[in-house]
Amino acid sequence: MIPASFDYFRPSTIEEAVDVLAGAGEEAKVLAGGHSLLPLLRLRLAYPTALVDVGRVAGLRGVSDRGDHVLIGATTTHDEVVRSPIVREHCPLVALATATVADPAVRHRGTFGGSLAHADPAGDLPAVALALDMVLEVRSPAGERAIPAAGFFLDYLESALAPGEILTGVRVPKLGPGWGFHYEKFHRTAQAWATVGVAAAVRQSNGTVEEVRVGLTNMGSTPVRATAVEEAARGVEAGQNGGLRRAAEQAAEGTDPPADLHAQPDYRMHLARVLTHRALLSASAHRSPAT
Amino acid sequence: MTEQLDTGVVAQQIKEHDVLDAPAGGSEVGRARRRKEDARLVTGRTQWTDNIQLPGMLHVAFLRSPMAHARITRVDTSAARTRRGVVAVFSGQDFAGEQGSLPCAWPVTPDTVIPEHPPMAVTTVRYVGEAVACVVAVDRYAAADALEAIEIDYEPLEPVLDMTEALAEGSPKVHEAGNESFTWNFAGGDIDAAFHEAPVVIERTYVQQRLIPSAMEPRAVVAQTDGDHYTLHSSTQIPHVLRVMLALTTGIPEHKLRVIAPDVGGGFGSKLQVTAEEVLSLLITRRLGKPVKWTESRSEGNLTVHHGRDQLQRIRLAADANGRIRGVQVKLLADMGAYLMLVTPGVPLLGAFMFNGIYKMDAYDFTCTGVFTNKMPTDAYRGAGRPEATYAIERVMDELAAEIGVDPMEIRRRNWIQHSEFPYTTICGLTYDSGNYEAATDRALALFGYDKLRAEQSDRRERQDPVQLGIGISTYTEMCGLAPSRVLGSLSYGAGGWEHADVRVLPTGKVEVVTGTSPHGQGHETAWSQIVADSLGVPFEDVAVLHGDTATSHKGMDTYGSRSLAVGGIAVVRACDKVKEKARQVAAHLMEASPDDVEFSEGRFRVRGTGTSQTIQEIALATFAAHNLPDGFEPRLDASATFDPENFSFPHGTHLCAVEVDTETGATAIRSYVAVDDVGNVVNPLIVEGQVHGGIAQGIAQALFEEAVYDSDGNLLTTTMADYLLPSAADLPNFTTDRTETPATSNPLGVKGVGEAGTIASTPAVVNAIVDALRPHGVHDVRMPCTPERVWRTLRTEGGEPA
Amino acid sequence: MARISVEVDGIAYEDDVEPRLLLVHYLRDRLGKTGTPIGCDTTNCGACTVLLDGTSVKSCSVLAVQADGCDVTTIEGVSSDGEWHPVQKAFHEEHALQCGYCTPGMILASIDLLKDDPDPSEEAVRQGLEGNLCRCTGYCNIVRAVRRAAQEMRVTTP
Repeated sequence: MIPASFDYFRPSTIEEAVDVLAGAGEEAKVLAGGHSLLPLLRLRLAYPTALVDVGRVAGLRGVSDRGDHVLIGATTTHDEVVRSPIVREHCPLVALATATVADPAVRHRGTFGGSLAHADPAGDLPAVALALDMVLEVRSPAGERAIPAAGFFLDYLESALAPGEILTGVRVPKLGPGWGFHYEKFHRTAQAWATVGVAAAVRQSNGTVEEVRVGLTNMGSTPVRATAVEEAARGVEAGQNGGLRRAAEQAAEGTDPPADLHAQPDYRMHLARVLTHRALLSASAHRSPAT
Repeated sequence: MTEQLDTGVVAQQIKEHDVLDAPAGGSEVGRARRRKEDARLVTGRTQWTDNIQLPGMLHVAFLRSPMAHARITRVDTSAARTRRGVVAVFSGQDFAGEQGSLPCAWPVTPDTVIPEHPPMAVTTVRYVGEAVACVVAVDRYAAADALEAIEIDYEPLEPVLDMTEALAEGSPKVHEAGNESFTWNFAGGDIDAAFHEAPVVIERTYVQQRLIPSAMEPRAVVAQTDGDHYTLHSSTQIPHVLRVMLALTTGIPEHKLRVIAPDVGGGFGSKLQVTAEEVLSLLITRRLGKPVKWTESRSEGNLTVHHGRDQLQRIRLAADANGRIRGVQVKLLADMGAYLMLVTPGVPLLGAFMFNGIYKMDAYDFTCTGVFTNKMPTDAYRGAGRPEATYAIERVMDELAAEIGVDPMEIRRRNWIQHSEFPYTTICGLTYDSGNYEAATDRALALFGYDKLRAEQSDRRERQDPVQLGIGISTYTEMCGLAPSRVLGSLSYGAGGWEHADVRVLPTGKVEVVTGTSPHGQGHETAWSQIVADSLGVPFEDVAVLHGDTATSHKGMDTYGSRSLAVGGIAVVRACDKVKEKARQVAAHLMEASPDDVEFSEGRFRVRGTGTSQTIQEIALATFAAHNLPDGFEPRLDASATFDPENFSFPHGTHLCAVEVDTETGATAIRSYVAVDDVGNVVNPLIVEGQVHGGIAQGIAQALFEEAVYDSDGNLLTTTMADYLLPSAADLPNFTTDRTETPATSNPLGVKGVGEAGTIASTPAVVNAIVDALRPHGVHDVRMPCTPERVWRTLRTEGGEPA
Repeated sequence: MARISVEVDGIAYEDDVEPRLLLVHYLRDRLGKTGTPIGCDTTNCGACTVLLDGTSVKSCSVLAVQADGCDVTTIEGVSSDGEWHPVQKAFHEEHALQCGYCTPGMILASIDLLKDDPDPSEEAVRQGLEGNLCRCTGYCNIVRAVRRAAQEMRVTTP
């Protein structure tokens, strides 16, 4: 199918991008890799009047080590994220989850920032953003602001980005030593969206779980932070027969999962519990060396 | 697993012929020739219909009904006409006088209700996706834009989507005549006696979900005219049938209509159709006098390429206490969708003779009711009726085994037709000419490691492992090689089942074969070359195969129903025989011998008992020159043959599947898959293996992934490949395949056909495995596709929470 | 209209295009490079896969304007000097295609995969081709072909 007409702008600096977007009207959209947007346009499910292509804006692409956090430029492709030694070393959960996004060709075009800005609760990265307390940096004519992930995902495909704001980069806090990570994705075929996904980080010491982070994919109109699990897991014994299963029982707490072709809400809730347990076990088993 | 693939007959044959440019010699038939077709396909020099660009060509886009059932109350195309690049806009009213009705060639009973089926809806729409208007514009972008400016008002009518509801009193009617299209009954033996006081009666209901065939190439049509003659390129499996049908539908005389199927990107039955878009493209080009092209998008195709399967099967089986089958009774509801298309009502009938499978029984009773609903019509999809039947009988055989308490393979052995009993006339009256179920099964069991897997299964059961193992068996047969014309006639089909071939010998001794089959991935150019090379003793490379154009190949019945080799291939053989007979006359004349003394082998005519000989190429040149031919001999070696088979062919095989089922999530994973098929003699083992692989994959996809889902308003929810899940390489295992060879006795090549075998066999093998894994949990069925959620819910409702 | 310059299979083109023009339509309808087919609307099937600056992308989900200044390789450009690419050869040898509609995308995705992993396991090939759908082959022979090509490429370019 074929998209409807739109105007097209390709700014080369962020300042120019912000200006162009501001002048392009309310129905303008930011285009990065286009792998969330273009299918919608082709199916004529969206009719933006203009696309502001930030794909070649200088400074938005790449990964850098910023001391206590890693900064991932908004237009860094999934493929670049997965290959980044900085990401692999300091935020392996991001690499693990990103490697499950779609397929290799899509990962060559799709961008880290685009996936978050799209705010699809079925996407793999929003749950990771929540679990890791990422901070999203945005620019607008009014200047810069930083939005914590916890306040970024407002509703289905709706983020805290105001009209005229462009996501420029994402800060991923380094969690420090002792953490292990896992992204457990359950889907019907390799290409299918996650029926449910669980992003888990576990910090343990001497066989005791000290802290966990859990983000859930496709368990509501936004990604969900499983705070009940996080609380229940604190202090339990790690391992197969420890208290993680019990903690994972809380995974569906406060979720409102969707009903769609692939699953009904009660099944998604059940999956969340089972998969959270598996994710926590895997995360604790794959603990990174105390770097 | 890859290593395992390198075992067996197939791999051995492939290895033996692994050298591409191996010198000719010995038999071409049976050789793993690499395909002639590949060169253009791997380099992108293809001729897909959408590739065609003609001077002045316009593009057509169709507006489709968003309503499952409604009256069209107002159509306003005026705004659309003013859009950039728009040449014309038409609605159903514009075509009402000339569009006719899309044909149904298979009225299965004398009183079958065949509703009018206008290619473009005029007053009423009956499914979401039905064409209601179209734009003709200078390019595809302009056409797509203008669609949005067409205004159509609908008065909604209540739709009916479920077959049982459609048959209930007071249901909304899809057509005035009611929702029952036909009821067809077939019986053999005394079914009441078979069930009377039968020690074991199994009764099950199975749902054959609706499938979307999903050939990779979306449909496309290019129509053009010089004002008198018309040419239609279409991504179709059936250029010949299409030409006749389009002539009858549009009134364009058959001799002024040329239909071409260029490279066609898969079909699986979905392009065995006469479509609204083909008819309308012709009408548009007739109106405008310009060439037009229409190419569907995938989401348009999911809505409007005919769907497959969609049956509700009630099957009852009566058996003795030791598991010997006494009788099988089948009551089928088959969802026709909103209209009857080319062979819609015939599809379940192709299964009617197959619910007995490979088994002996005393009685059989089959009833099928075709039901209209407000959905896309169904029609042939790979296997067409036979996968549905095979599924039901193979599932029920497992149920019988469980009921009696014996191994499911043992129950099959007790009931199947023994090798020594062939030819065997089944309860359905079909004569299975050959078969060796024992040999295929023994080979499959050995490759699979059946006993070891059973041991692992009981171990997992004992340990209450959350991941359980199941083993699924499918010992299938199918009737294919469609079809003896007399049989088709007796089933009220509107045409015959013969196939045609012309063999032309060119002056230099090269050979052109014109076949009436219409390949779209099956490799006929290669396989027919092998057949001709052997028959005429010419090099494989010296044969060209022409097909898919009614101007060059005027006569044919096209490709479907695993018929091409078993019917079309035989026509090629017969034509070659005639060529050789003519050449013998010339050879005898030139060598001054009696034709009776001239023998032919390996491309050379020899006078028996002398050293004198002439090659077929020399004969070809002499015939061309025509200087010295027998008196009255027409200077041509060319010959034609039309072959009408006397019987169907009956491939069979044993497929074994091991599935791991995660009882916590309901997820399933195929651990191993073994297929041993017997498709008779094999012309090209490489092609045969490929057909089996692809067939297995499609059957697995029905078992695990695919379903066309409509909501209660009749909207299709699976319009894209993001929603209708097709398996990728990452979702399927490797398959271990092997063959036994029990030649068909019904044709001179001893071949049976292989296009549908894998699909027919694999679906029940997979579901049997899943049910087998969960039987200790009280599970005796999982509805297809066996999604994780369905497996999980079945466990909860029937098996209680897993341990 | 936007002005773009693109190099496709070694030939430089400059064109004015509508911003909404999909790269695949640009290739097929404007340049006549019909070797690259279209199979879906949603980036699922991968039939339209080409290499954009050397990496695989689905050309149905890239705007022609986004390819401005880039180098595009389609199936028509992977042979060199009339010699098929080892992946093309292996697809032929292993009977890794039937109808052939997915084949251009499969071959380009495979070339990209082998660039990354010159000796992929069966599993790696299956995962690496998850974005390319084939309806005919059941994938077994595609997997074999990619591994065969890998072997050949390792031999020829040590």
